[in-house]
Amino acid sequence: MATTLYVNGAHHQVDADPETPLLWVLRDHLGLTGTKYGCGVAQCGACTVHVDGSPRRSCVTPLRRVEGAAVTTIEGAEGRIAEALRAAWIDLQVPQCGFCQAGQLMSAVALLKAVPKPDDADIDRGMNGNLCRCATYTRIRAAIHQAARAVK
Amino acid sequence: MSVALLIVAVTLAAPSPPEPPPPEELNDPGHFADLADEETRAKALFGEVAKVLLHPRCANCHPATPRPLQLDARRPHIPWVVRGKDGEGAPGLTCDTCHGETNYLQQPGAPHWHLAPAEMAWVGKTPGEVCRQLKDPARNGGRTLEAVHQHLAEDPLVAYGWRAPAHLQPAPGSQERLAALFRAWIEAGAHCPQ
Ligand code: FES
Ligand code: FES
Repeated sequence: MATTLYVNGAHHQVDADPETPLLWVLRDHLGLTGTKYGCGVAQCGACTVHVDGSPRRSCVTPLRRVEGAAVTTIEGAEGRIAEALRAAWIDLQVPQCGFCQAGQLMSAVALLKAVPKPDDADIDRGMNGNLCRCATYTRIRAAIHQAARAVK
Repeated sequence: MSVALLIVAVTLAAPSPPEPPPPEELNDPGHFADLADEETRAKALFGEVAKVLLHPRCANCHPATPRPLQLDARRPHIPWVVRGKDGEGAPGLTCDTCHGETNYLQQPGAPHWHLAPAEMAWVGKTPGEVCRQLKDPARNGGRTLEAVHQHLAEDPLVAYGWRAPAHLQPAPGSQERLAALFRAWIEAGAHCPQ
């Protein structure tokens, strides 16, 4: 059964069971492999995307739930906040292996949209659902602060 | 080992969730009809209502701290999430990041998934304490008892208590029976147990 999806500003027809996790559709049907599979059960945050501007774990989001919605993945993240975060991520060399980082960035974008100048507690609370096996947490925190200062 | 093999190995090793205990019984209001004294009857009826309110499907999201509980074991929610403003979680990690409007796979979901405010915390309280709290507009969201009844009888988030994913024990009885017990309690004078 075909579902119409709107991902990163483009329409796609996807022939998949409506119960398929959005993560599978993004990676296997659309080839958007920036979004990662870490756990499949909403425990790690690696699969975070935005749906109508709000963060969602795509591993626990069925395809049927995003029909007609605007999905943004790391490949389509843009705007002042995303760009400031990308610059800070590169400047501070945040990633280690990189596996978790697409999810970290999508959560960080959502956090800075809601709280433009977060303190450490805001960052802890907003980023708690994104695990990093390489423990880049202190660099992530520093990069979010740096990006927040950079966004005018 | 390749990443794919590692994922398969981890998936195979992951224990399947344990079967939940069978649903608990919930007596209907008729069960208490023999209690001629209204106050005695009201207290007994509320004790039955409290079986639902203090069940993990309900109390887990009426936590005593900013962090909800989860599962039948009432363990602190993982990941560490907090009530935040309006009970909808912290910016960047709102409840709807993971909980949709319906269950999906093992992920619980219901419309407007959120936490009760701190003044409506039930965890660690006795049925009598919860009863007095429910009657106090300062601690029940400014509701009349009729409005509390309506919340219990009709709110889709309350209905989730009996529609949890299969690995979770449903709340005792049914939403209809809960509403009938609460109605009978109001009619018997809404007295609270000790
Ligand atoms: S893969 Fe979705 S939260 Fe881990
Ligand atoms: S950079 Fe390796 S898991 Fe986060």
